[in-house]
Amino acid sequence: MTNLYPIKEFRFPVIAECMNPDIFQGKTRQEIEGLTIWEGNKQKKLGELFKVEETKTEHQTERTTIAIYGDVSKVRRIGAYMTNGEIAIRGDVGMHLGEEMEGGKITVHGNVGRWAGSMIKGGTIEIHGDAGDYLGAPYRGSSRGMRGGKIIVYGNAGNEAGAYMRKGVIKIYGTAGQFVGLRMRNGTIYVQKDCEGRAGACMTGGKIVVGGFLESVLPTFTIESVKKKVKIEENERIEGPFYLFLGDLTENSKGKLYVLKEKNPHLSHYEKLL
Amino acid sequence: MELLIKNGIIYDPINGVNGEKMDIAIRDGKIVENVKESKALKIDASGMTVMPGGVDIHCHIAGSEVNTGRLLRPEDHFRDFERKTPNTRSGVGHSVPSTFTTGYRYAKMGYTTIMNPSMPPLEAKHTHEELNDTPMVDKATYPLLGDWWFVLEYLKDGKIEECARYVAWMITTTKGYAIKIVNPGGLEAWGSGRNVSSIDDQVPYFGITPREILRGLCKVNKLLNLPHTIHVHTNNLGKPGNYLTALDTMKCVEDLASEGKPAIHITHCQFCAFKGSDWRTVKSGAEEIAKYVNNHPHVTLDIGQVIFTDTTTMTADGPFQYSLYGLTGNKWVNHDVETETSSGIVPFRYRRKSYVHAIQWSTGLELALLVKDPWKIFMTTDHPNGGPFIYYPRIIAWFMSKKAREATLKKINPRAESRSLLPSTDRELSFYEIAIMTRAGQAKALGLEGKGHLGVGADADVAIYAINPETIDPSKKYKTVRKAFENAAYTIKGGKIVAKKGEILKHVEGATMWLDVQVSEPIRITEEMKRRFREYWTVEYENYPVTENYLGVSHPITIKADV
Repeated sequence: MTNLYPIKEFRFPVIAECMNPDIFQGKTRQEIEGLTIWEGNKQKKLGELFKVEETKTEHQTERTTIAIYGDVSKVRRIGAYMTNGEIAIRGDVGMHLGEEMEGGKITVHGNVGRWAGSMIKGGTIEIHGDAGDYLGAPYRGSSRGMRGGKIIVYGNAGNEAGAYMRKGVIKIYGTAGQFVGLRMRNGTIYVQKDCEGRAGACMTGGKIVVGGFLESVLPTFTIESVKKKVKIEENERIEGPFYLFLGDLTENSKGKLYVLKEKNPHLSHYEKLL
Repeated sequence: MELLIKNGIIYDPINGVNGEKMDIAIRDGKIVENVKESKALKIDASGMTVMPGGVDIHCHIAGSEVNTGRLLRPEDHFRDFERKTPNTRSGVGHSVPSTFTTGYRYAKMGYTTIMNPSMPPLEAKHTHEELNDTPMVDKATYPLLGDWWFVLEYLKDGKIEECARYVAWMITTTKGYAIKIVNPGGLEAWGSGRNVSSIDDQVPYFGITPREILRGLCKVNKLLNLPHTIHVHTNNLGKPGNYLTALDTMKCVEDLASEGKPAIHITHCQFCAFKGSDWRTVKSGAEEIAKYVNNHPHVTLDIGQVIFTDTTTMTADGPFQYSLYGLTGNKWVNHDVETETSSGIVPFRYRRKSYVHAIQWSTGLELALLVKDPWKIFMTTDHPNGGPFIYYPRIIAWFMSKKAREATLKKINPRAESRSLLPSTDRELSFYEIAIMTRAGQAKALGLEGKGHLGVGADADVAIYAINPETIDPSKKYKTVRKAFENAAYTIKGGKIVAKKGEILKHVEGATMWLDVQVSEPIRITEEMKRRFREYWTVEYENYPVTENYLGVSHPITIKADV
């Protein structure tokens, strides 16, 4: 297990693609300190910005674990492209956490910046604080979003969570911002609390489940039925009843938007259309 | 400065040199008979292939549509970027690279002359600004004239000579090089939401047919003695069954050709060689097109080969781009350029496992292999429509090796594989034929006198590739061929070594070539014309022309016209 402590409060963004268990694996402390890292427009060594500490665990597990203690909210791209191992962070994290990761696990006890889990293909990201905008969304302009894996947020998420999603699961136990599942094609998004609006805009497939208040459903969605419960994952079903809407009709598609009946009495007029 | 390339194996098809060991002497940016060996800088090219610098007849590298493509595709840039070096600027881009990166990447591959094929005359200034910023290569651009209102009006009235005067004025005013025609008539029809579906359809309002436009501009081209032929993107591009339209287009100017000279260039021919009635039954029409081209001297083609990658399609063919958006559902841009043309951009991904894309890939190669005379067909990807130009070495490998083709055939859609003509084609091109298809033939078709050959007096644009044609068997070692063409051992531009083994050594500015067409009676800019500018264009006449001092390095070519 490798512990990293930021030496100072960063003024400039730090690009830390090297904070990746795949890269740390089998390296000594000196080698890890020698990894290159960018601070602003200067290339530096990891050892210059972080205190590196190796701790021997009793169980010599195969997985490499990186633990980061402290505020790294200016540090970007932690765990990008990782395929296995674990990263645990106690503190706030910057943008692009776990970008395009393929496996392994990232746990954050703090808040996370934008584009967390951007374009991930596998693995798990657990966020015990709030997530920023574009959770699991692709790079600007790209239409190849999340393609697998799981993102769990125990706090709130920002706008455009799960945009262009193609596979996988996003669970948000707090509230979500606007445009949840924008243009998503497949996969599942579950929002336990309220959703700001425009959920599922231009979606062409997949499933969005809103367990809280949703002010209005986009006019391009039609009501299909009322369902008793919804499956989120294997062995995980949420009790309803839920209104099931299909859309987005502007895309000629039938994505599924579930909205909890109990919290949304203002949507009851849709029942007349059933 | 003097330069001597020693002991290289020379391929210079224009002068009939086929793999002979010779020295090439260079003085002051020109190729000369000999130089003093003691004084000159020597390059040891023993065991290497020496060819004239590459010429690309059709690649979208500058102008408003390319720049809009750049804006549209941040995701295209962020995986492919280049850091600055002491000699080069930083840049980004895979399918639509920054201007500087475009120049550097071409130079690394041994290319020294490139042609930007579609410039709406209204956007001429923008195009030239970007061309000025494209270093390392000489370049020129073709104005889009097939749907310009003046052309349509004069051709409708049958005033060929008057039309020729206006075309001459336009080429010189916008600093263009050739007449580009895109979907003749269709773009004007697109202004009112329609298209034309054959070369005998009427264009709304003007009452003229694509056939009349093509024939008219072909006659104009001849009257003006332009070095290149008309450069045509056919009607019905990218639609199943359009090989018939392509054949009609070639046939319609058959009688206008003289002395065995080409009269028409059909560009990115692969995109107009589809047989079949819909996308499920689409097949390659390469055989029919190749048969026609083999029997007629008046046509030259370029391929527009498809590469299996992510790219950005951009043409002036607005209706085609709109239908492409319908197919992909991807983000898109469409635009009507006032009285002149239209344009569209759609990002696109060619997939091996898609039946249609695999057929397109196969069609391109079939065209190249079935057209017997390499002087009639040139290698392009219609960058970036079929794929970015950085993949040219891959196409060369496919041309030279059946094994390379079979390796890719195995990976493509099985239904497309079974319908492909490639397994029945044993032809493998030689280095000599590659030199024709990638430089000599293109330079000849473009009428570029100093380019594409290594004879005395030619521009000293030379590409040296680290591959020995005497010892290597390209049909087996196709990967070695590909590697060698990816990064030229030396690229010499204007007598200076600009790139070596994939590294840029020197930043040089290339010239912008343009035609100064001299007609005996130039058109007079009347008040009437200015009034029309005021009424139909968003710019005043005074702001329209591109003056010569607008060009970074101007290289005018004076042409005496017959009118």
